[in-house]
Amino acid sequence: MSATFVGMPAFPEAARAALGNTQLRQNLSHATGTIRSKRAAVVAEVDDWEELRLAGAEIKDRTLRHLDEHLLQLESALQARGVTVHWARDAAEACAVVAGIARGHGVDEVVKVKSMATQEINLNEALAAEGIAAWETDLAELIVQLGDDLPSHILVPAIHRNRSEVREIFRTRMASAGRPAPEGLTDEPRDLAAAARLHLREKFLRARVAISGANFAVAETGTLVVVESEGNGRMCLTLPEVLVSVVGIEKLVPTWQDLDVFLQLLPRSSTGERMNPYTSTWSGVTPGDGPQELHVVLLDNGRTNVLADEVGRQALRCIRCSACLNVCPVYERTGGHAYGSVYPGPIGAILNPLLKGVGVDEQTDSLPYASTLCGACFEVCPVRIDIPEVLVHLRGKVVDAHRSGRPTGPDLAMRAAAWVLGDARRTAIAEVAAGLSGRVVAAVGRRALPGGRTAIGRLPWPASLWTDARDLPSPPRESFRAWWRRTDGGRRDDAGQGR
Amino acid sequence: MSARDEVLARVRRALGDAERTPESPPPSRVRADHRSRADVLDLFAERVADYRATVVRCAEDEVAGAVASALSGAGSVVVPSGFPAAFLAGGDADLRRVDDTDLTATELDRVDAVVSTAAVGIAETGTIVLDHGPGQGRRALSLVPDLHVCVVRSAQVVADVPAAVAALDPARPQTWVSGPSATSDIELDRVEGVHGPRTLHVILVGA
Repeated sequence: MSATFVGMPAFPEAARAALGNTQLRQNLSHATGTIRSKRAAVVAEVDDWEELRLAGAEIKDRTLRHLDEHLLQLESALQARGVTVHWARDAAEACAVVAGIARGHGVDEVVKVKSMATQEINLNEALAAEGIAAWETDLAELIVQLGDDLPSHILVPAIHRNRSEVREIFRTRMASAGRPAPEGLTDEPRDLAAAARLHLREKFLRARVAISGANFAVAETGTLVVVESEGNGRMCLTLPEVLVSVVGIEKLVPTWQDLDVFLQLLPRSSTGERMNPYTSTWSGVTPGDGPQELHVVLLDNGRTNVLADEVGRQALRCIRCSACLNVCPVYERTGGHAYGSVYPGPIGAILNPLLKGVGVDEQTDSLPYASTLCGACFEVCPVRIDIPEVLVHLRGKVVDAHRSGRPTGPDLAMRAAAWVLGDARRTAIAEVAAGLSGRVVAAVGRRALPGGRTAIGRLPWPASLWTDARDLPSPPRESFRAWWRRTDGGRRDDAGQGR
Repeated sequence: MSARDEVLARVRRALGDAERTPESPPPSRVRADHRSRADVLDLFAERVADYRATVVRCAEDEVAGAVASALSGAGSVVVPSGFPAAFLAGGDADLRRVDDTDLTATELDRVDAVVSTAAVGIAETGTIVLDHGPGQGRRALSLVPDLHVCVVRSAQVVADVPAAVAALDPARPQTWVSGPSATSDIELDRVEGVHGPRTLHVILVGA
């Protein structure tokens, strides 16, 4: 894959380009609309959904409060069951561990289960640099990989592609990666899925090394859990001789029984199903069944930065369901590529700055602003991450990181406002001035807002930076304070003035 | 400093002065179940069928017939060790039975079907859980062949996910199966049939 998120422009610029793509907007609106209604139907079936959300948040929070203890417990449980445990401070270290294992077995290819952690660390590119081909086996990941494209959704990385685009990618690209697409391939999803089955089967049957992530890791029992639909996960977890699982340190849950909450929350929130077709769990090596050499790579790569942020810490509860993407009015219109990361949408808008830190690059610093703060993401989040709260918190950090000796335009405007509003007499004068301008705008203004209030059109620069993308209602003719004085708080109805 | 020590040190630094009081175990979430056994079994059959799996309910002495009819059309079937011989008594004479004697994945790929028992059934989600004990075979067996016929005893069916998690042993590898293999990756429309068995028959034994 040569496609990369490196060098992506900041969100506003990338979003503007994406909004011009009509096909993309149609594909996204169709797909997110479908999944929203499916999710709503299966969530409504569960009487105690809200209690489940609370339980999910609580389990993750208590795990994080004792994360070091749980990590050590997981390590010894895994080792007791024959698993080799590796630790990785960052992406490069994790990639080096995986590449070293593959090289040690003399393979030039590995099969992969869809995994956000391995996307995050750019594992495929690192393996390619060592001459090892990493075959993605999830249907959407295969579409992205064959199309030399970038993922645009956490659950369905090819959500930006419709069926005829997928058919075209399979028809023109499958042959270069192995078994070509069948003759006469149609754009029916059933046919496309069958083509993927044929294409990947030979790879599953010959693979000696597989790479996975994990949806959950149970500290008490050393159990890893992979939740999937197609059976490609089971193929990778079962058939090869060697399995390497890259697991973010936030994936832990303390006990086996804790899984019951997440196995109810995750499928209903992600694919909108009562249960996903396949869930695999394994606790170390089982003699005579499945890979006999198991490795787990415990990955930090910025997660401890997130943990250190007391407001942002809740982002580590995330179980990567994508419900927040599917309901986000911004995501639905811009798509995932505009966020410039494997983690797009509302969760990406907080997770990327938290993982990487603010004040490092413009692209990451633009993400906390990629939201209207409407709160739909919090409403659907199965582990109750208050994404709007974290967005506002991060906006503050971005502003702080950009403070220099010189005041900016907004700084000057805020200082002027503080001077005016800090004194009753100055505020009164400003109110009168605003009222006068309101009358002028009301007389000449052409634009009406919903509710009938007139709006000021475009203002000259630098105020155009505000008015280009927002409505600016004309100031009221009379301020609240003036109205209060005149009517004695509404007790005297004096129709002589005002409206 | 090793990567392990440094990651642990970072975690401890990040948690700072956060309280380290021992936490009491969370309350049990196994729900009081007010449904009758008959309702739970009806729900199980209905929810499995919802995934476009075929569900047959029968008595103990009808299992062999139900298995035989589910396997009609298959040329060969792999039989895990410990699968009750009586369940295969009604078989078609042309059906080739393959015992699992360390078959390679490629050899398994040439077998049309697999029969297995299960460990647990979950009514609310229409799920069968294999823990790959006797009668269920190692994990590859119920994965590579394209047709999976699974016999579940009604006593194995529990009401919901918390009850299933409580009943299962985490030390054993598990495969939770909810319908045939499927994908929603193209336009988020669900279609059945990708890498796992494309056809799933569930035979529920006993009322």
